[in-house]
Amino acid sequence: MSKFEDSAHLTSLAVAFLLGIVAFVALRAAVIPKSFGRYGPYRGDALKEATARPLAYAGHEACEGCHPDVLEIKSKGAHARVNCESCHGPLAKHADDPGSVIPVKPDVAKLCVRCHSENIAKPSNFPQVDAKEHAQGQPCNTCHQPHSPGFDAGGKK
Amino acid sequence: MILNRRQILLLLPAAAVAWDFVLAGTPEEAPNYKMTDHWWGMLLDITKCIGCGSCVRACAMENDVPDGYFRTWVERYHVEDWHIENPIVDSPNGGKDGFPPSGETGGKNFFVPKLCNHCTDSPCTQVCPVGATYHTPDGVVLVDYNYCLGCRYCIQACPYGCRFFHPDRHTAEKCTLCYHRITKGLTTACCEACPTGARQLADLKNPEDPIHAFLKTHSVQVLKPHLATGAKMFYNGLDGSVR
Repeated sequence: MSKFEDSAHLTSLAVAFLLGIVAFVALRAAVIPKSFGRYGPYRGDALKEATARPLAYAGHEACEGCHPDVLEIKSKGAHARVNCESCHGPLAKHADDPGSVIPVKPDVAKLCVRCHSENIAKPSNFPQVDAKEHAQGQPCNTCHQPHSPGFDAGGKK
Repeated sequence: MILNRRQILLLLPAAAVAWDFVLAGTPEEAPNYKMTDHWWGMLLDITKCIGCGSCVRACAMENDVPDGYFRTWVERYHVEDWHIENPIVDSPNGGKDGFPPSGETGGKNFFVPKLCNHCTDSPCTQVCPVGATYHTPDGVVLVDYNYCLGCRYCIQACPYGCRFFHPDRHTAEKCTLCYHRITKGLTTACCEACPTGARQLADLKNPEDPIHAFLKTHSVQVLKPHLATGAKMFYNGLDGSVR
């Protein structure tokens, strides 16, 4: 008498298991993105998608390449560390195509008071004024050169 | 080659270590930016913040943040004498339009800019049921918008209130630390727009970064340190009333 006279049962069971395993592996391979696990337990391509976003702010280095004259004036005054796009707004499109995208000059009346209007919560060493009383209705750039606003640094107009 | 039991036992740990490298995969493809060379954080100097809201506007323009939602915002604190447990805090439109005079004349008044703390042990990534939010190898917490189900669990979990539900995309949304900018060698939009240098992006892995000199010479704190989130937004001049 053979030891495994009913081995056919085992074979069919083994085939069923094998098919199950193959189906699982195939499904897993089909469902999980290829980049999953490249850096950790997440889709690696998600980082590429995050990196691909277009820029809005060009960065001050981009501005300074073409506008060294403004940098020269700015670097001597109180606004030396204020980046260009802080006042002029996001200009990556202008940096990419300076010919056709022309930036609009900021409105001084709104721009200056955004930082320099009096507020008790501002650091006390920060220059701040009551705009109505200080300017008497005149625009700020009547007296101040926005790129170098202090009078001592030759910023007076 | 026939191995005996001793040799196999010695080989197994080596194989396990090797398998770890296999699982870690190949390094990133971007040729000029090596993720493992960076560990991003930010320095926020409360003594320099003037509450102009430039950062909030810049963030909204750079990242198309919908109106009324904020990836970064500025709060104004008013603390009366010893009442540091009960500060009066306001943030009209996230500080996007600046702050009108509060009418306060005394006490302690200051601005606190806030954003995602890009925690090393972030509660938001721990609770995500589908693994849609994750840590990048350079220390930034991001959301995979294709995986996010919009269950809002992470929004509840963030102790700093830095996440929101995107009204159009219907996924969780948060500060990416301008990942598309910092990987190109630029600073974040908020740091670029900050006129006083109250915000400075910091690469903690770069020994040349000025943050190291600053940290050595100043009393710097993170928000809610008792939660041990490993926050990487370092605040200089942080008052005890700030939550």
